[in-house]
Amino acid sequence: MGFKDYCFRKSLWVFHFGGASCNNCDIEILDCLTPRHDLERFGILLVGSIRHADVLLVNGSINRRDRDRLLELYHQAPKPLLVVAIGACGCTGGIFAEGNTFAGPVDKIIPVDAYIPGCPPKPEAIIAGIVKLAGKK
Amino acid sequence: MAVNLLYFFIFPGLIFMAAAGGLLSWFDRKITARVQFRKGPPLLQPFYDFFKLLLVKETILPKHGSGFIFLLAPLLALFGATMAGLFILLPLFNIETGFRGDIIVIFYLLTLPSFSYIIGALASGNPLGAVGASREMKLIISYELTFLLLVAAVIMKSGLQFDLNSVIAAQQSGPPFIGSISGVLLFIAGIFCVQAKLALVPFDMPEAEAELASGIYIEYSGPPYAMIRLAKYIMLFILPAFLVALLMNGMNTGINIVWLILKILGVVLLLTLIRNTNPRVKIKQASGFFLVWMNLLVVVAIVLIAFGL
Repeated sequence: MGFKDYCFRKSLWVFHFGGASCNNCDIEILDCLTPRHDLERFGILLVGSIRHADVLLVNGSINRRDRDRLLELYHQAPKPLLVVAIGACGCTGGIFAEGNTFAGPVDKIIPVDAYIPGCPPKPEAIIAGIVKLAGKK
Repeated sequence: MAVNLLYFFIFPGLIFMAAAGGLLSWFDRKITARVQFRKGPPLLQPFYDFFKLLLVKETILPKHGSGFIFLLAPLLALFGATMAGLFILLPLFNIETGFRGDIIVIFYLLTLPSFSYIIGALASGNPLGAVGASREMKLIISYELTFLLLVAAVIMKSGLQFDLNSVIAAQQSGPPFIGSISGVLLFIAGIFCVQAKLALVPFDMPEAEAELASGIYIEYSGPPYAMIRLAKYIMLFILPAFLVALLMNGMNTGINIVWLILKILGVVLLLTLIRNTNPRVKIKQASGFFLVWMNLLVVVAIVLIAFGL
């Protein structure tokens, strides 16, 4: 692992994309940034612009309208970019997998680096997933 | 020539200021975390951020925009911050005495980063960037008059000395300026000006993460954004240093360098605490705050200085 990879791992900036979510995963993601769990000790920040992002968190079921937005966000992000699918809907489609407007789980649209299942996943599970992701490269 | 290059790039210049500014940025983030009962980032976090942006990430140019000016703006910001820092730190460390009128030069160079952010945001062709740029313009119009009056008041208090070295010398032969009533008023106005210049929270409408998605920096990615971060680190170091030089006695020789570090850390601590205990104000409120109240404060201070208080 070189110097560049080390810096990248130590400073993952996160952009949060919520699809047609029921908001439970959104709340759990925001929970990770609160004082109790404090992701900033790993150098993780929530950024407002996709141009600054290193990690794209995707949660919620992706329907046909969301698919275009997600693809555009993915193409506008500076590479290297890690994609994390959060929650049952993001990983597999969950209970919406048979739905009429459902446009496939996240990995049918963009390549995914980590899956964090759960409905919703606990903040501890999200932190564990992100730490494993940081150790992967 | 060689010694000038050394000054610009190594000791009081780019590398030293970047290192000091990065550590101050960590201090700021750590204090913020402690105020919110969090643990906070590790010591070298600002440097990880900088090198990640510089070495790893790719640069994306906006499609509908002027690429050349978009890329030139961060370099201009970095140049302005470094140059201003050089003119501030050389007299502060008693290395070279500067020249007559260098306070005015410092004043203009300190606005260069803000101006180049505006130019870069407008060159990106992004509507949110344009909104951020217009807010930054209004903010500059608001605080610059106060800052200029403050510099004028300090010049008046030091007996019409127009160079920073003489201002520091005037304080070291007598009491520091902050030890008088007018000095305290000037320090209050100066803290708020520095807060607005750094775009920290009561006055962070240009970036406004929640509404404008980083506003003026929205289109920057990779190495140009790393340059902007570096300019911001340097500004976080040199603006408190400028305030220390103007009002708080500068640096004496010998062991007193510890005092200098403590004074700068104290000013940054004050900025951080203001940032953490205030909400973001509207642009109109910020303009009113500076154009009416802060100007009034500095004018009162100038009147007091005329009476020798």
